[in-house]
Amino acid sequence: MKLWNLEQFSDKTALIDDAGTSVTYRELAGRGKGLADAVGRRCLVFSLCTNSIGSVLGYTAFLEHGIVPVLLNAHLERELLHDLLEHYQPEYVWLPESMQDEPQGMRRVYSDAGYVLLQNAHAGDTKMHPELGLLLTTSGSTGSPKFVRQSYRNIRANACSIVEYLKLDETERPITTLPMNYTYGLSIINSHLMVGAAVLLTDYGLMQKEFWKFLKEAEATSFGGVPYTYEMLERLRFFRMELPSLRTMTQAGGKLSPELHKKFAEYAKEHGKHFVVMYGQTEATARMAYLPHELSLDKYGSMGIAIPGGRLWLRDVGGKRITEPEVVGELVYEGDNVTLGYAECRDDLAKGDTRHGILETGDMAKCDADGYFYIVGRKKRFLKVFGNRLNLDELDRMVKRKFPDLDCASSGWDDHVEIYVTAEGKDSEIRSFVSEKTGLHMSAFSVYPVEEIPKNDAGKVLYRELEQSGPGSGQRVPSGL
Amino acid sequence: MTNLEIYNKAFMETFEIEEDKLAGLNYQDIDAWDSVGHMALIAALEDAFDIMMDTDDIIDFSSYEKGKELLAKDDYGVEFQ
Repeated sequence: MKLWNLEQFSDKTALIDDAGTSVTYRELAGRGKGLADAVGRRCLVFSLCTNSIGSVLGYTAFLEHGIVPVLLNAHLERELLHDLLEHYQPEYVWLPESMQDEPQGMRRVYSDAGYVLLQNAHAGDTKMHPELGLLLTTSGSTGSPKFVRQSYRNIRANACSIVEYLKLDETERPITTLPMNYTYGLSIINSHLMVGAAVLLTDYGLMQKEFWKFLKEAEATSFGGVPYTYEMLERLRFFRMELPSLRTMTQAGGKLSPELHKKFAEYAKEHGKHFVVMYGQTEATARMAYLPHELSLDKYGSMGIAIPGGRLWLRDVGGKRITEPEVVGELVYEGDNVTLGYAECRDDLAKGDTRHGILETGDMAKCDADGYFYIVGRKKRFLKVFGNRLNLDELDRMVKRKFPDLDCASSGWDDHVEIYVTAEGKDSEIRSFVSEKTGLHMSAFSVYPVEEIPKNDAGKVLYRELEQSGPGSGQRVPSGL
Repeated sequence: MTNLEIYNKAFMETFEIEEDKLAGLNYQDIDAWDSVGHMALIAALEDAFDIMMDTDDIIDFSSYEKGKELLAKDDYGVEFQ
């Protein structure tokens, strides 16, 4: 069974890019078949993504024809890309023509829409599980080869839920504001291709004139954004812009500050638009919850209720289900979009479902008397930085590997990473290194020199003591209690 | 400090780069000047010159040189002589 059944929308426009090139659904299906035929069989393909026709064409072709892509950002740091290629040995790489000379030992076999297909001479040959459809990284990369295994059923279920709660139809024209290898950006493409809408593709960003020109001229009806996107929009005096075609703004990728949630909800209400705050993770394909737009003002600060077809509940430390309102517990999600599990090496691609439809999110939440959920913290040591997940333990390991003479421990809060190191004068060197490796802007990282990293007798870092050497904030991640 | 020195300082501090790298610098030429860096740069310039930039000018600010041109407009009146 095909994921989208693209042919059914025949001559409707599927994709439009900022150069004015467009592709119909019939063309997308036909040209996709050409690419799939060149690949010839079910195998593993690394797809280096941009928000372009070639990139989406590759993605839909692979998914419609049982070829398993790993979606990576085309701007992924080169050493990390090289390591991933070595580690997973994909049979093919689908990448922008301008990058075709970069991977070594590969032969060009096909091209379309500015993208080329390279065949890898050193491919692995592990059998892949029949349900495996797609592999994605868990947002921010710290060089870990860990991918989330998503099944065809996961992708279809989640796209259908999104279509239902956002009431998407063929008149929609979402414009890209997020990379398509990022699960939230991808979910916008997945759900809109399900209903025959036209997706507007651009790699220009909110801070560029070309983006706004395209949005207006192509009459975009919606866009998505992470908390940082909405901070930028506020700075851009978004509330004063005339955007008649815009109907819906969605938000995910971390908790928006309640103040900003309220401001955008008010703006939407006054201007007859919808502002929809949502919640999700790559491990749940994309979406798990949404706050219906009618309630965006009444319930600002809330991440809403489970998406259609899913269930959300809170679990106490003893594993029991919490039924009282306003009691904090770990948020657990159940639904057909809960992914199969992780892969850390090529052999893992043969694995089946290890989660059986249940996901422990690692987020701590409470529920009000009306059944609306509010995120209050995190169980695990990670931060969201500009919408990307950053695992602090992985960050520490990465810094220590690069700078073996120092000890290091990191903390902080969303968009603010504090790195404590037992060395003076290394600030800019460490900040450049972590920024380059993670692809996150340098301004997110602060380095603080300390005499030593406080630890208990078992060698566990005492984060609370450590943080007293920093600037202090009430919003830190929990210290792994 | 002259306006040019203030302008250069905002770039150098925001992007952590040397003065000799400024001429000809475009948006996204360096990793530090992405959308996050752009917002920080605009904030630094608004503080330094005590101005409030219009949306159209913020998104038109595509290079070191273009920025000078925009700030020299009557709206802001920052002269670079």
